[in-house]
Amino acid sequence: MIMKANIVIVGGGVSGCAIAYNLAKKGVKDIIVLDKSYLTSGATGRCGAGVRQQWGTEMNCRIAKASIEFFEGANEELQYDGDIEFKQEGYLLVASTEKENKQFEKNVELQNKVGIDSRKITLEEAKEIVPYLNTEKLIGAAFCPTDGHLNPFLLTDAYFKAAKRLGVKFYMNQEVTDIEVIDGKVNKVITNDFEIETDVVVNAAGGYSKDVGEMVGVDIPVFSENHEILVTEPIEKTQGPMVMSFSLNIYCQQTPHGSFIMGRGDKEKTPGYNIESTWKFLDRMADTVVGLLPPIGNLRVVRQWGGLYNITPDKQPIYGKCEVEGFYLAVGFSGHGFMFAPMTGLLIAEQILGEENTIDISKLSIDRFKKGELYLEPSVV
Amino acid sequence: MKNTIICRCADITLEDINNLLSSGVTEIEEIKRFTRLGMGPCQGRTCMQLIQRIVANHNGVSIDQIKMHTSRPPVTGVKLNQISRGARNDNES
Ligand SMILES: Cc1cc2nc3c(=O)[nH]c(=O)nc-3n(C[C@H](O)[C@H](O)[C@H](O)COP(=O)(O)OP(=O)(O)OC[C@H]3O[C@@H](n4cnc5c(N)ncnc54)[C@H](O)[C@@H]3O)c2cc1C
Repeated sequence: MIMKANIVIVGGGVSGCAIAYNLAKKGVKDIIVLDKSYLTSGATGRCGAGVRQQWGTEMNCRIAKASIEFFEGANEELQYDGDIEFKQEGYLLVASTEKENKQFEKNVELQNKVGIDSRKITLEEAKEIVPYLNTEKLIGAAFCPTDGHLNPFLLTDAYFKAAKRLGVKFYMNQEVTDIEVIDGKVNKVITNDFEIETDVVVNAAGGYSKDVGEMVGVDIPVFSENHEILVTEPIEKTQGPMVMSFSLNIYCQQTPHGSFIMGRGDKEKTPGYNIESTWKFLDRMADTVVGLLPPIGNLRVVRQWGGLYNITPDKQPIYGKCEVEGFYLAVGFSGHGFMFAPMTGLLIAEQILGEENTIDISKLSIDRFKKGELYLEPSVV
Repeated sequence: MKNTIICRCADITLEDINNLLSSGVTEIEEIKRFTRLGMGPCQGRTCMQLIQRIVANHNGVSIDQIKMHTSRPPVTGVKLNQISRGARNDNES
């Protein structure tokens, strides 16, 4: 079957759905979103879904703050028939090294400057927020009460339904197998069942973004890596904020449903598409969480799983145009693409339509790697 | 249908599932993500057979054409303290 579209978006994760919604809201017709599996089958449906504004560069603070403001009004803006379950009880960041603690101080100053209500706090104050926090190995902490958590399936569903109402067409179980380029311009998207003629393609393929880039001959400097995560049985409400430490390598939060979700990185993982669950993760995760939040040790793990981080050399996303005309990138989120999604949607839509960006993201274009201008962010997991 | 509980861990009724199916959802993995069906303490050991049949009937296919949900480790709930080395050593000493 041969079809035509103004814009084809590859990927039905939160990024693809947010981009589709923003384009449709701006009046673009004939938008198609394709996913090789079901909606949220990629990283979006596997993520910790924590959203924070405690970043170390001004641009990231602005992107994160604007995204939080979006989540606050998302049920209304997207006219959702459900509830995205946005809970704002903060992120408690704890430092176990002097260097990290100093960084928190600098970050808080920057965050306050752009209007984020974070603050540097003492360990005593941290214990008031999470009484069972074991502060033995800790030096300091920072807290931002408006950070939080929301349901990734439901947020994506809300974008999906809003986009559909505005006329966007979604085709699931359609794998993009090739993209035709003529004279340096995008011309056609080929899937297992269709050929779609189009001038604009958005690569929002998450962990598979490099493969989709190769289809048009663009070498995207990203790789994918399995990040594991687990969930416990639900219990009564015990913990308000997400507790997170970069140096101790842990994040742990209680969902509104009552279960605790926690994860950590693993430096020994090799790049690839495997998302298996390992015993090693379970073992290290248990050690880390019992050390920092001892009573959590009494909870039963009911499930563990993995998902792909799509990682760039500076752990910052790649946004916007590239050398193939009509081919746009929204990739390389390096583990924080969920919390940026509302702005990803808006900023990419603005770029495609040639509008001025609400937040200047020119530093996140793919050219930065060729120019050697990496955008270094000190506060990533 | 309101009173027919399919997933006992998450209190999901036949009506909840039929509503999802008629809204266009076609896969068990999606039902699971929307409702937490099969993600509670029993990990789908009681409801998966039922849900497979419901989805098969709705889609008008035979039950073996329905993709099962991914079963994930651990097989039964295990306490973090039982896994953690630090906590184990404490218990031994
Ligand atoms: C364990 C874990 C924890 C995380 N925790 C957080 C967190 O707390 N906060 C946060 O902000 N972020 C977190 N992240 C990162 C976050 O999940 C991602 O950055 C975000 O979901 C990316 O969304 P996306 O839509 O860009 O990609 P995805 O959700 O991966 O979607 C890409 C989609 O593209 C489809 N696709 C790929 N190739 C093709 C093709 N050829 N044809 C058709 N379709 C294709 C895939 O099927 C997939 O559905 C976490 C990630 C993991 C794995």
